[in-house]
Amino acid sequence: MQRRHVAVALAALVLAAFASLFLGVSDLTPADLVDPDEAQARVLWTSRVPRLLAILLAGSAMAVAGLVMMHLTRNRFVSPQTAGTTEWVGLGIVVATLWFGGTSVLGKMSIGVLFALAGTAFFVWLLQRMVLTDVVVVPLVGILLGGVVSAATTFLAYRFDLLQSMDVWMNGDFSGVLAGRYELLWLVLAATVVAYLWADRFSVAGMGESFAINLGVPYTRVVMVGLAIASVVTAIVVVSVGSIPFLGLVVPNLVTLAMGDNLRRVLPVTALTGAAFVLACDVLARTIRYPYEVPVGMIGGVIGGVLFIWLLLRARKRAL
Amino acid sequence: MIEIESVTKAYGGVRVLDDVSLTIPTGGITSLIGANGAGKSTLLSVAARLLPADSGRVRVDGMDVATTPGPVLARRLAVLRQENAMSVRLTVRELVAFGRFPHSGGRLTREDHRLVDEAMAWFELGPLADRHLDQLSGGQRQRAYVAMVMCQGTDHVLLDEPLNNLDMRHAVQMMRMLRGMADELGRTVVLVVHDVNVASCYSDRIVAMREGQLVAEGPTDELMTPELLRKVFDVEVEVHELAGRRIGVPWS
Repeated sequence: MQRRHVAVALAALVLAAFASLFLGVSDLTPADLVDPDEAQARVLWTSRVPRLLAILLAGSAMAVAGLVMMHLTRNRFVSPQTAGTTEWVGLGIVVATLWFGGTSVLGKMSIGVLFALAGTAFFVWLLQRMVLTDVVVVPLVGILLGGVVSAATTFLAYRFDLLQSMDVWMNGDFSGVLAGRYELLWLVLAATVVAYLWADRFSVAGMGESFAINLGVPYTRVVMVGLAIASVVTAIVVVSVGSIPFLGLVVPNLVTLAMGDNLRRVLPVTALTGAAFVLACDVLARTIRYPYEVPVGMIGGVIGGVLFIWLLLRARKRAL
Repeated sequence: MIEIESVTKAYGGVRVLDDVSLTIPTGGITSLIGANGAGKSTLLSVAARLLPADSGRVRVDGMDVATTPGPVLARRLAVLRQENAMSVRLTVRELVAFGRFPHSGGRLTREDHRLVDEAMAWFELGPLADRHLDQLSGGQRQRAYVAMVMCQGTDHVLLDEPLNNLDMRHAVQMMRMLRGMADELGRTVVLVVHDVNVASCYSDRIVAMREGQLVAEGPTDELMTPELLRKVFDVEVEVHELAGRRIGVPWS
């Protein structure tokens, strides 16, 4: 039964993905695929296909990063966007631009990855030293931390007249995706595959330290590897296409709500759902003010926000 | 066989375990008894490498638990702690199947599936197989955890207060199941138990602790005496023979 649902969802995603190729100002219809003229081929291969791939890669990887993070911190409300990871990447981008001549994507990405790793490690270090009674306190700490980091970033950007560029970097937007400028995103596919191979280990670590040790799983190492994967994915996605709010938080929560927490089973569905979520947001972003676009990050923020509130209300109802 | 050699463990200057040496022979049920804070749970945790000892060492079948690779030891010794606050939503079957992780690394073979079914049948979890853990009562969940530990198929099974959360009927049922694991499956079962009479009725050997030190250890019959119980618990306990069992009565 569940297998059939997944198959139907997958088919829907493939169809929607195919249809999205024909959405845009330049004329391109499915019939043109048979015999495209030179202009049509160029639109297809330098813009439409790269954009679609970027959407699928970023959406699936961010959702999986959120899933892994929520599991390893044993808290449903912890994701790259509520642990401050995204904000650390922003700071990394500004630092790279200012002091490392980081105009190249690779330069920004390396510094972004370093900042994301350090920032997430700091968050976890903080958590281990705090006595926390409420699950909601953990993401609050992360959001506070993100706020402080983001303030520092804004200050720097303001002093060096980078505010506008920073806005463009951080806000999720696929309109700038062109062949030759998104290929580093393929790295997140590798990270997602690694996460899948380690899915059982993450499941065991999510059961807690003594369960993990009992089953012969090196707890600390598994947690570190998982959080590193989530941080690297976040950094690559934010540097490539910007941040899509709530993606890493809402999608894993919806999927695990329906399917339970066995990562090996849940992870592929989470990846699919994440890709579908971002594709839907992007299609909306492209059509809502056609022929103009609004940033996908904005659409994702609105839809994700509504879903998040629904999740919170539902969690409260279940607890009563 | 579990050999504990002069193990010491301190928390903030307080010695919770003070030079404890003990050999737990292969087979049967051994119960650790003692008052709250006597160091039973700590000793169990150290023996199961959940806690590092400050000094001394523990060997399981000759393997030092501090240095033996995790997966190797996980096939010889399984442990369940008292507190199992788990937020992960797994079905009972998924949880029990994780007991096979040290053997199969997650890719369950047909033999693994058979062992999972067997463990669930043993603890009468069949009807609950597809329920999520958060939909179970405390007692059912406790049974599911112990089934997972049993499914691990280790020679040594260490359980901290396995009767927690269980009502009288389920407590008796659990002890019978553990007895069966020892008698029929030849497992070496080590328990932390706070009810002396449970220890007396179901275990072959008793290890008595007080203030981090070993007071006595030996066959249950030899240890169930008013003198020893007074020494261990600091309270007068009469010991009566009832239907061939020694029952301690502290309410005199």
